[in-house]
Amino acid sequence: MLSFLIRRILQTIPTVLAVVLLVFVLFSVVPGSIVSSMSDDSDPQVELRMKKQLGLDDPVYVRFGAYIAKLAIGDFGTSFRTREPVTTMIAKRTWPTLQLIFAAMAFAIVIGVPLGFIAALQPGSIVDTIAMVVAVSGLSIAKFWLGLVLMYLFALKLGWLPSFGYGDGGLKYLILPAAALGVSPMALLARTTRAAVLEIMTADFVRTARSKGMSETRVVKWHVMRNALVIILTTVGLQFGALMGQAVVVEKLFSWPGIGSLLVDSVLQRDIPAVQGSILVVVLFFLAVNLLIDVLYGVIDPRIRYA
Amino acid sequence: MFRIVAIVAGLGLALAATAEAQTPRKGGTIRMTAPYGSSFTSLDIHTTQRAQDEIYAKALHRSLYIWNSTEGKPVLELAKEDVVSGGGLVHTFKLRDDAYFHNGRKMTADDIIWSYNRIMDGTKAYPGARFVRVIEGAAAVEKGQAKEISGLKKIDDFTLEMRLTEKVDPGFYFFTALTSIYPADEAAKESFIQKPIGLGPFKFVEHVPGSRIVLERWDRFYKPGKPYADKVIVSVMAEAAARDVAFRNKEIDTSVLGPAQYVSYQADADLKGTIVEVAEVFTRYMGMNPSFKPFADKRVRQAINYAIDTDLIINKLVKGKAYRATSWLPLTSPVYDKTMKPYAYDPAKAKQLLAEAGYPSGFEFEWTTSQNESWGLPIVSAVIPMLDKVGIKAKVKQVETAVLAEVVRSGDYQAFIYSQATGPDPQAALKCFHSSTPQPACNYMNFKNAEFDKLIDEAGQADDVAKRAQLLQKANALLYEEAPVWFFNYNKAVMAVQPWLKGIQLNATELTHQNVEDLWVDETSPAK
Repeated sequence: MLSFLIRRILQTIPTVLAVVLLVFVLFSVVPGSIVSSMSDDSDPQVELRMKKQLGLDDPVYVRFGAYIAKLAIGDFGTSFRTREPVTTMIAKRTWPTLQLIFAAMAFAIVIGVPLGFIAALQPGSIVDTIAMVVAVSGLSIAKFWLGLVLMYLFALKLGWLPSFGYGDGGLKYLILPAAALGVSPMALLARTTRAAVLEIMTADFVRTARSKGMSETRVVKWHVMRNALVIILTTVGLQFGALMGQAVVVEKLFSWPGIGSLLVDSVLQRDIPAVQGSILVVVLFFLAVNLLIDVLYGVIDPRIRYA
Repeated sequence: MFRIVAIVAGLGLALAATAEAQTPRKGGTIRMTAPYGSSFTSLDIHTTQRAQDEIYAKALHRSLYIWNSTEGKPVLELAKEDVVSGGGLVHTFKLRDDAYFHNGRKMTADDIIWSYNRIMDGTKAYPGARFVRVIEGAAAVEKGQAKEISGLKKIDDFTLEMRLTEKVDPGFYFFTALTSIYPADEAAKESFIQKPIGLGPFKFVEHVPGSRIVLERWDRFYKPGKPYADKVIVSVMAEAAARDVAFRNKEIDTSVLGPAQYVSYQADADLKGTIVEVAEVFTRYMGMNPSFKPFADKRVRQAINYAIDTDLIINKLVKGKAYRATSWLPLTSPVYDKTMKPYAYDPAKAKQLLAEAGYPSGFEFEWTTSQNESWGLPIVSAVIPMLDKVGIKAKVKQVETAVLAEVVRSGDYQAFIYSQATGPDPQAALKCFHSSTPQPACNYMNFKNAEFDKLIDEAGQADDVAKRAQLLQKANALLYEEAPVWFFNYNKAVMAVQPWLKGIQLNATELTHQNVEDLWVDETSPAK
């Protein structure tokens, strides 16, 4: 197990380096620079000085080398915009984003998985049809639009929840953005669960269990659910990573102080260190979740070995 | 159009009169919104020139001057008196002796000198340097040739002498937050960027990046009885639709409106009364590059102005959220010439001018634009068929806003559409077209006209205010005739303000920039 973990962690290094290189090269070639958004000074010398101060007058390979050297000691650099260390900026934003993503995923799992199970246990029934209509709708609805609808309904019409903001970080501020973000993975989980359960229900080992006289409840609980969990877990893992990206829209809409809104503003203003730092955190999170999922496979299904 | 302006001005006066008639209430919370992005750039206001950041900075910081919306000009703020001598180049300021920083220390002339020297640190390229550079010796500090600005002299703790390089009104140079006065001892510390200290009516409490800034009343603020409110919350809300819900839900007190919302608020009996509007000092236009052969001919540039049905675009596409431009200087400019008329929509005249210029069949050009809903791609898309009718084909080149700024400054375009600050100082706005102004500065169309230069030079030397205004009006009229741009519109800034928030100022430089100490909320405000 330990060697598996070490190997997997080492495997992430080339992935991280590739992402860093890609983002660096991308922002070196796209038009537009931080200098034009920071100053409209009439003196061309100011622009040159600003480029020098920000290190933008060096060749790309020199900048990349310097960046990697700093990164190796955990220094993400200094933001061009705020002149704060990027690590400080990201640290302030990480917890709200994690709050949002975990809440959205909890919403998705709590509703999506039972919905898929119920639909699969009664295929073709009215329950199944309704569940799948909900699932397809959830996958089709744009998060921005859904967020607005939720705001309109629960804040403006019912007055139950605030329509925006972080407040004190409490639950009432979290519910609407988490629901807006969680509907899509909820729908996907419902569909995945239904498909997985339907497939497992017709498997040989399920038929054998039934023929041995095992009750339907025990069959579902011990054979179907456990086997379906591996597939569900894979979907959950992938969705965790995807949510980091999708949170951008929701955070901006709800004025949620997460990494997503930091990333948007940093990209628009070509704040390269902040963009690189934010993307790096997203990638590391994605890799960490995937590693965790791989470990959990073995816990759920002992037949999976860490070869 | 002028009737509309008059109505707007009347509404503004009525609002102001109503506010005056009531006794301001002490206490409560003002909940403003910052609509121009997903976050604030920095808590070091010297480093950022975004309008978004000045919204909170107006509560936290103070500069030597402040914008007075009623008078439409900058007035002294941190000084009680300005004695001008030396042929208009030397200003001796008697500073306030009752201005305290939020750490309890009294402001002195040393803080102003320290702040201006900081802004001129050439290795940091602070955006406010372009204003401070007007002080003698400031440029030498910027270039590293001197350690201190020679044109700033402390006479005593509360008397400051400032020698300028040009005969200008320093108010226009030292009223924005870019030249805020910092406490010399505190601002040098690393912690300042996390917990800024200013001279403003509210002190810093909390910044939740990407969400809000919270400030609370500074009891030692120098204006007696002010500020009225206990607390100010500035929430970052970049999405117009989200602001709309929050405003209707009474969660925020102010909301900037776009064209679509402007129409819907006007149509809603409950919301119509919340609208506040002002002609801001921004001119929207299509700039034409004279090095692109057809645009070198004045008749072609005039033809473009005649070929576009500008009123139709303003009414239908911009939903009336703009004022028709009659030349460069905006409606709220102190020297705006009310007798000027815009170019008429006259395609026949446009065709005639094109034929006279040697383009009877028209020509093709590339038009660089951003996606901006008020002056970008939607406008370009509406204009293209109008130009096509007179034989001019436009090819769209779409870029991001940040890229457009670079394109405009580099001159790497045939035509572009843009929004440019054309005030509050009319002389500075027109000087952009002076042949001595470099293209990357603000002479984006690389305009050169000897007659125009002469008018601007004479205006710069004129001591008589009326004569100066007359010269600037002539220069503005000359621009209209030369048509270096398609004169599109002057921005109409529109904000919805909750009925319980009083004292809103019709700030033509930027409506969201409010002198927060003058705002107050009555007892009907849901925020306690």
